[in-house]
Amino acid sequence: MNSESHNHARLAATTQVEEARLDGNAIGGLLREIFAVEMTAAVGTCAFCGAVNEVGRVQVYVRAPGTVVRCPECEQVLMKIVRGGGRYWVDMTGVRCLEFSEA
Amino acid sequence: MGFVSRGFRGKRRDNVSSSRVPPGQYVVTDFPVLSAGPTPHVNLDQWTFSIEGEIDEPKKWTWKEFSALPADTVTKDIHCVTKWTKLDTTWKGVSVDTLMEGVDTAADFTTVYSDGGYTTNLALDDITANKAWVVYEFDGQPIEPQHGGPVRFFVPHLYFWKSAKWVRGIRLQKEEHPGFWESNGYHIRGDPWREQRYWGD
Amino acid sequence: MARAAVLGRLEIPTSRGPLRWQFGTLAEVVRETPRVSSLYLDVPDWQGHLAGQHVDVRLTADDGYQAERSYSIASAPDDPRLALTVERLDDGEVSPYLVGELRVGDRLELRGPIGGFFVWRGEDDRPLLLIAGGSGVVPLMAMLRHRANVESTVPARLLFSSRTQADVIYRDELSRLGAAGDGLTVFHALTREKPAGWSGYTRRIDEAMLKEVAWPIQESPAVFICGPTPFVEAASQLLVAMGYEPRSIKTERFGATGGTA
Repeated sequence: MNSESHNHARLAATTQVEEARLDGNAIGGLLREIFAVEMTAAVGTCAFCGAVNEVGRVQVYVRAPGTVVRCPECEQVLMKIVRGGGRYWVDMTGVRCLEFSEA
Repeated sequence: MGFVSRGFRGKRRDNVSSSRVPPGQYVVTDFPVLSAGPTPHVNLDQWTFSIEGEIDEPKKWTWKEFSALPADTVTKDIHCVTKWTKLDTTWKGVSVDTLMEGVDTAADFTTVYSDGGYTTNLALDDITANKAWVVYEFDGQPIEPQHGGPVRFFVPHLYFWKSAKWVRGIRLQKEEHPGFWESNGYHIRGDPWREQRYWGD
Repeated sequence: MARAAVLGRLEIPTSRGPLRWQFGTLAEVVRETPRVSSLYLDVPDWQGHLAGQHVDVRLTADDGYQAERSYSIASAPDDPRLALTVERLDDGEVSPYLVGELRVGDRLELRGPIGGFFVWRGEDDRPLLLIAGGSGVVPLMAMLRHRANVESTVPARLLFSSRTQADVIYRDELSRLGAAGDGLTVFHALTREKPAGWSGYTRRIDEAMLKEVAWPIQESPAVFICGPTPFVEAASQLLVAMGYEPRSIKTERFGATGGTA
């Protein structure tokens, strides 16, 4: 394969994946199911790079076997959420700390 | 049966009872793109494929070396855990048996790993004896980046999350290490014919 | 809806406790453009919402198959009915049902309101910069309708990018709002058409356009950008390159489905 067609394919693919990438607003409903409180304004600290962002700002991939949430700065995985067979599996090891308000 | 949205049909899902369609799956004719992260930019000039871990002499191929290896063209059905099945997909690549030729190992397990950090675990038995390939063509064309190109793993007898995109190597291991999805709810093995989707299935 | 009115216009709907699925009944359909319609729903147990929030809509087929999508609420908090504005996507699964099949009298299962980040409250006294790409205008319209309802006079600007003139959602209402003399200016950009006599922009959003539309950074406006991911990211990056503080920019990305997920 020549690199030109390869690069062209890469650009087209990047656009498709970009379009498939959303932000934390897209999982507002899912997070409310899990946390029983509005979470898109909650603030998380990335365990990898320390970036601090509201959930509404994080990168969210929803077209996958599960939901993958990534840091907008370093793109490492903040959270993984799988839902099936009547259960949820939530991995939050990429979030060092999550702050959200009482009210 | 609870509420039904009058007149809603949903996307075409052929719940065809067929010996080729595992339980709970429906057949699609397109090729859905699933992504758990950004598409890695893979430069074939710098790409290598490795076999490492429980092995006396780790193996490594550059793209030039890899593409010169004997390759198979195989046509298989693929089954995604998100319920779509695509029949008769044709891929070209190097059989894992070819890559493992001459390798002596005490390992029963492997981790297949990719650019971008994705991993999936596979028993050695599940990727040898003509069950798995490291592929670089789909339908006679170089694999598109969104579908895991230039090179992806291909192990069609298990759910397609095991066919890791943008693959870079196989790590031979004595113990099983659950991969990206297997550590978070998805079944450790993922046999579609036994509907092994989640933990406990 | 009566309950929300009784609670008063500043009441913030509860953000604690799980959301339950509830039903709305379609009361009216308004065709906005050839591909876009607004659905006006009566939702008996609606607790109220904030401008910018969305609902999750769930459809169930008779074999139990379900599909779920999110749609921004187009109506303002004090409006009598809950409105959703939906773009029909040819290869969509849910949108062709909502725009085309769903009839007045049908029930629609939904839950909400959802969202605490991408919201604008009437008490916010900062200048308001809204940037919309296509159906991304929907939550921003809820904000402008709310702004009008509460008679806010904070300076506001909407930069709205659409494909063609016929695709401009809410065109007449935006004209009226922009002519109300309460500090709102509406800018349009068309990306695929240059109609005769058109006074708006006829190109994709770029730095020069933003420099003409956006306030100087010293004004510290609140910025909301909504639309397809590439649009949102391009607009956001342009503003940051102009010196806008990233924290002052709030974004909501729509997928190819026209809504979130």
